[in-house]
Amino acid sequence: MNILYYPGCTLKTTATSLEESALKATQALGIELVELKDWYCCGAVFSLSSDDLMHQIAPIRTLINVQEEGGDRVVTICDMCYNTLKQANLLMKENPDKLKTINAFLDEQVDYKGKVRVYHLLELLKEFGFNEIKKKVKVKLNGLKVAPYYGCMLLRPREVALDDPENPGILEELMKSLGVEVVENPLKTECCGSYHTVNRKEIVEKKTKQIVSSARERGAEALVLSCPLCHFNLDTRQLEAGRLPIFYFTELMALAFGLEVDFSEHRVDPKHLLEEKGILKKIRVMR
Amino acid sequence: MKVKTDREFLDRVQELSGQNLNECYQCGTCSAGCPFVEEMDILPDRLIRLVILGEKERVLGAKTPWICAACFTCTVRCPRGLDIAKIMEAIRQIKLRKRKEADETKIEKIEDIKHLPQAALVSNFRKQTG
Amino acid sequence: MATKPEMAKIYIMGKEHQVPKELTIMGALEYAGYKYIRGAGCRAGFCGACSTIYRKKGEYKLYSDLACQTLVQDGMRLVQLPFVPAVKAKYDLGKLDVSKNTVLEYYPEIARCVTCNTCNKTCPQDLEVMEFIQAALKGDIEKSARLSFDCIQCGLCAVRCPADIKHYHVGQLVRRLYGKYMSKKSKNLEKRLKEMAHGKYDSEIDRLTRASKEELRQIYKSRDIEAAK
Repeated sequence: MNILYYPGCTLKTTATSLEESALKATQALGIELVELKDWYCCGAVFSLSSDDLMHQIAPIRTLINVQEEGGDRVVTICDMCYNTLKQANLLMKENPDKLKTINAFLDEQVDYKGKVRVYHLLELLKEFGFNEIKKKVKVKLNGLKVAPYYGCMLLRPREVALDDPENPGILEELMKSLGVEVVENPLKTECCGSYHTVNRKEIVEKKTKQIVSSARERGAEALVLSCPLCHFNLDTRQLEAGRLPIFYFTELMALAFGLEVDFSEHRVDPKHLLEEKGILKKIRVMR
Repeated sequence: MKVKTDREFLDRVQELSGQNLNECYQCGTCSAGCPFVEEMDILPDRLIRLVILGEKERVLGAKTPWICAACFTCTVRCPRGLDIAKIMEAIRQIKLRKRKEADETKIEKIEDIKHLPQAALVSNFRKQTG
Repeated sequence: MATKPEMAKIYIMGKEHQVPKELTIMGALEYAGYKYIRGAGCRAGFCGACSTIYRKKGEYKLYSDLACQTLVQDGMRLVQLPFVPAVKAKYDLGKLDVSKNTVLEYYPEIARCVTCNTCNKTCPQDLEVMEFIQAALKGDIEKSARLSFDCIQCGLCAVRCPADIKHYHVGQLVRRLYGKYMSKKSKNLEKRLKEMAHGKYDSEIDRLTRASKEELRQIYKSRDIEAAK
């Protein structure tokens, strides 16, 4: 299965591990993520002012590129890109006059017809079938106790949520199919602090402590998440002793499929935990 | 007590946010669920009340809209269906769009940029610079 | 007898002038009696000193171009920008810790790019300005350097950018990073520099320095012109 793929700037610079593991994991499932030939930064957040069309230009350009490359679907792995693209797409669907203005402004581009659908990789995997994913597992991640963490952008606002905003379950289902022991965390949908990491990092440090301690208290040995910004916050802003490693869901998938993962981007090194569980040994044996 | 009301300010906030602020019946659900409420000086639902009362100076001088991380928790939970995230954005924009008003984030003074992810910088600048 | 040239009515900073139609904006300003002490350089479209903003008769758009390369038109209203005061980041090229985020470190405002395309529409060299800024944001230094190569640093893009990005300074940093840290080193050049340092060409230079005008002429006339087979 082929699908057009929009990486976003972060996956090409500070979150290359997310992209690498995602490409490996999807390849193992026979899904080919075809990167768009031309793409620009989507803006990372959806502009909420009713009169603002300028900040919708960037996400609409992406959707035009998908349209022009012959796709009616585009998948993204970055949660922020997912939320921005999906909300912008919805805005255009609900406001044809706004779409008309943007199309007129983008006079050097073809018009966006409004027919592209935006997906997150997790939705694609659900469509593929978690049972199918289970069949591809070569290294059971038994004994690994992981707390799923969603953050905001996959679940809010309701119009673009890919699961229930208050009690989602998609990451749990994926983890179970990989043989991971799921630890429930009541703060799994609590915002990590997002862009405050730039100039109000104390806020992020506080939220990170709350979210990670809550998971740790419930027996989690690690967290698993999707968003590269949440990853940066939870991975690099844990200040207490006994820091928990933070996995991308694609990294756990790759490990479960017996593939190697480069953890050099992680501040809290997961290798000790994985060695302890014998997971890395099993993968080495398979090579 | 003399209260100066600024009807234009309420109109502008409603226009930019697309929300009818008078729908708010001050139940406090937004403030209760906001992950960053402890860092705010004025509670989100109180801020809405102040906008309705036309207290432009107090609202534009509050820390609250800048502590807001646009996480939409309030929006998802408001029993009146108000999009409070949009109301916060409207207040931010009113301040940022003024010509001589300084940005909330001082781009030149960010520490340790080289390790920050693109998504953090781009989103921060979108929400906190004009 | 020379025929009278066709004239055009143009407005220089709001003041009306009649100038011959075949002149460039730069020529027209001088024809009208202005003397250039800033905003003129090579007069050949290469140095970027003569950035101009103008409007055409009956049109609403503002155009931007180089004064030395643009012919006047009847009804043109123009102003020249002798200087664009965009700040350039301070860095020591030899001491940079080069990463995908180096450009962001020195010009964080590139994260404010909204892909509005204003820079592309403004560039008098028709460069892919938005694309090279986006490439820098994505950490693709090679692509950014390649696309910004012909930039003449006229500054017009920076003046119109709603995000206050200084595209030409960003391009310069990117090209410097590429040249110093990424492009292939020329082994022949390094070899030649070593030879020179060891004095291999000293006697030849000496001979030329001491030669008379006649000798120099002779040496020049008999030089190798064709490449050795």
